[in-house]
Amino acid sequence: MKIEVKDMNLYYGDFHALKDINIGIEEKKITAFIGPSGCGKSTLLKSINRMNDLVENCRIKGDIFLDGENIYKDLDVNLLRKRVGMVFQKPNPFPMSIYDNVAYGPRTHGIKSKAMLDDIVEKSLRDAAIWEDTKDRLKKSALGMSGGQQQRLCIARALAVQPEVLLMDEPTSALDPISTTKIEDLAMELKKDYTIVMVTHNMQQALRISDNTAFFLLGEIVEYNDTEKLFSIPSDQRTEDYITGRFG
Amino acid sequence: MKEKIMKGVFLFAACASILAVGLICYFLLVNGIPGMAKIGVGKFLGGKIWRPNNDEFGILPMIVGSLYVTAGAIIFGVPIGILTSVFMAKYCPKTIYRPLKTAIELLSGIPSVVYGFFGLVVLVPFVRNVGRSLGLGGNGSSIFTASLLLGMMILPTIIGVTESAIRAVPAAYYEGALALGATHEGAVFKVVLPAAKSGVVAGVVLGIGRAIGETMAVIMVAGNQARLPNGIFRGIRTLTANIVLEMGYATDLHREALIATGVVLFVFILAINVSVSLLNRRGQNG
Amino acid sequence: MDNLKQKLSAYKKHPGSLVVMLLVMFASLITFLVLFFLVIYILAKGIPHLKPSLFSFTYTSENVSLMPALINTIIMTLLSLLIAVPFGIFSAIYLIEYASKKNKFVSIIRITTETLTGIPSIIYGLFGMLFFVTKLQWGFSILAGAFTLAIMILPLIMKTTEEALKSVPDSFREGSFGLGAGKLRTVFRIVLPSAIPGILAGIILAVGRIVGETAALIYTAGTVTKIPKGVMESGRTLAVHMYNLSSEGLYMDQAYATAVVLLVLVLGINTLSGFIAKKLTKERS
Repeated sequence: MKIEVKDMNLYYGDFHALKDINIGIEEKKITAFIGPSGCGKSTLLKSINRMNDLVENCRIKGDIFLDGENIYKDLDVNLLRKRVGMVFQKPNPFPMSIYDNVAYGPRTHGIKSKAMLDDIVEKSLRDAAIWEDTKDRLKKSALGMSGGQQQRLCIARALAVQPEVLLMDEPTSALDPISTTKIEDLAMELKKDYTIVMVTHNMQQALRISDNTAFFLLGEIVEYNDTEKLFSIPSDQRTEDYITGRFG
Repeated sequence: MKEKIMKGVFLFAACASILAVGLICYFLLVNGIPGMAKIGVGKFLGGKIWRPNNDEFGILPMIVGSLYVTAGAIIFGVPIGILTSVFMAKYCPKTIYRPLKTAIELLSGIPSVVYGFFGLVVLVPFVRNVGRSLGLGGNGSSIFTASLLLGMMILPTIIGVTESAIRAVPAAYYEGALALGATHEGAVFKVVLPAAKSGVVAGVVLGIGRAIGETMAVIMVAGNQARLPNGIFRGIRTLTANIVLEMGYATDLHREALIATGVVLFVFILAINVSVSLLNRRGQNG
Repeated sequence: MDNLKQKLSAYKKHPGSLVVMLLVMFASLITFLVLFFLVIYILAKGIPHLKPSLFSFTYTSENVSLMPALINTIIMTLLSLLIAVPFGIFSAIYLIEYASKKNKFVSIIRITTETLTGIPSIIYGLFGMLFFVTKLQWGFSILAGAFTLAIMILPLIMKTTEEALKSVPDSFREGSFGLGAGKLRTVFRIVLPSAIPGILAGIILAVGRIVGETAALIYTAGTVTKIPKGVMESGRTLAVHMYNLSSEGLYMDQAYATAVVLLVLVLGINTLSGFIAKKLTKERS
């Protein structure tokens, strides 16, 4: 198991957002989190690289382990986030050039050599499958790109710090179908080297690309299984209701 | 480590404004109160005669002067200011809105000396002629002139605040009134403006603050006679003017009396500030 | 056209509304006429008196040059900004990026900034005289004036910087944190650069206030007409110069010309600030 979450509870003030979460995430696989809005799937995702630290009044009980190390106790938060990268729901390139966007992470972690940065930027953009689109305008502002390109740039930016895990929070919800397909293909490609956890609203997407799927409801994991099994023979009535579209 | 140090630096910087207010209060009070005590609070605040050479330090004329010109500024500035802000928010055609808005914003930045100079070369002669032709006398530097000029100066403040208060009223109020058969004017003045009341009042109070604290422009047009006024076409001296005019050569008790004048002004201003923030808070709650 | 006819007939039915409408129009007309008249009058009277001798580097009672005052104004502005801008920006960073919103300390800072905003410049001048000039024994000096003005513009810079920082989308911060950047790096590399136009607009507005300020300077920086040799010497700024000219009443032509320079300077500065702020809102939308 790459990541293990043990007896975790999370509160926003008085609101009990995640209840007794236990889940193990396999290395170099895509794990999908599905469930209706507000079920806690994004919250759990953000706990894995401690983005919830930024939320006031957020309290966490229980433990999360990355390769056996407790992320809240043994790891420095910035190094954790270097190892566990994140791609957000809406593409959020920084208001700077494409090159600087990708180089921001490596620079943050101390890489100054121009040659090294050039290599990292090119490799990351290639891995994110937008090198061809961007190689002639690396110095142009990233804000001039289309939504789908921006999201792939954000993936490249995340890859540039050489993470082990990529968290994707509904990475295609703001994109058109063609861009969505590209991101999905990219995710399939990336799982050779990275462990991917993806929150999605789109059950077809989970079915298409993920290896394992966890179904969340009201802050609990109702069912966690191999994706095909979960969608073909769900063991819980609530899962079946959800995937057959009876609610949600 | 660096993170912690810089957080400390930011925190330290954030304390600057607290420190500044503390220092200002401390130095004004420490230098002003003893003088006031020596003169006698009653004699100082209630005394009608300001004659530093005879050790007579009554600032009642200046308090009255400040109140008169401020009241005058409100009489001139507030109705026109509010009506103009209604124009800006509810009448102004889109094509000329931007330039007019920009003009008002720019005019709020004109230095008080320039306003004062304009008052000196345009308003003072104008008021002198009007005063003479009406047989009221006076040489043009007067309560009336200062009020007129201050009324002009507070216009941008009042218009800015009032307009945004009017714009903050939900469109549904206006539309609701129209749907009930009100005219544009009826809807604006009977429904929208009352709904924006607290913002309008805040704008007026801010204008009052600006008028009572204004110094250079008033000095240049008010005549500066330190006596109780006997007519609005006669000269007057404000609290602010008193400080600037005599601080240059004042010593000892005279100097302390001028600083104490500043303390009195400061108290006026604080009272106005407190009422503005109370109004704002009420505006936010309701 | 039909629209207009409709309106007219509506006003016929409601004469009260017509009167109110006319009042609104009349008041607005007064506002804009008066304010435009002021600007036009000063320009028309002053521009003919803008002579080269006004810009000579030494002041004499013959040329009544405004050049030394102009240079003093620039020095004063730079010095005041040097003091106020770091404090203003850093405290805004503290309030927006670090402090929790319900912090008691934050509300105290808010109250004191509001108080500073409302204090009239003569009180700042009085304080500057008591503290910098007398207590710290700096005498009438550029430095005392600059510190006094720095306190005066501090709340303005804080407020505009806060607004600029608030307008930076949280997604930028999240993106930076998500890559493992610390708070400091996020603030300096991502948040501040995005907020620069807003901060700049605020700083320029502050410059406008400094250039136009008189009452806070007469008894702190003094009224000497020379270019000072150091910051511990006295020197009058353009606005103070303007006041002295017009109160002496001996050099009215030069006073008009000086008023033009002052007015154009301040209006120019404020236009620049507005321009930058507008560009910012356009880029964001």
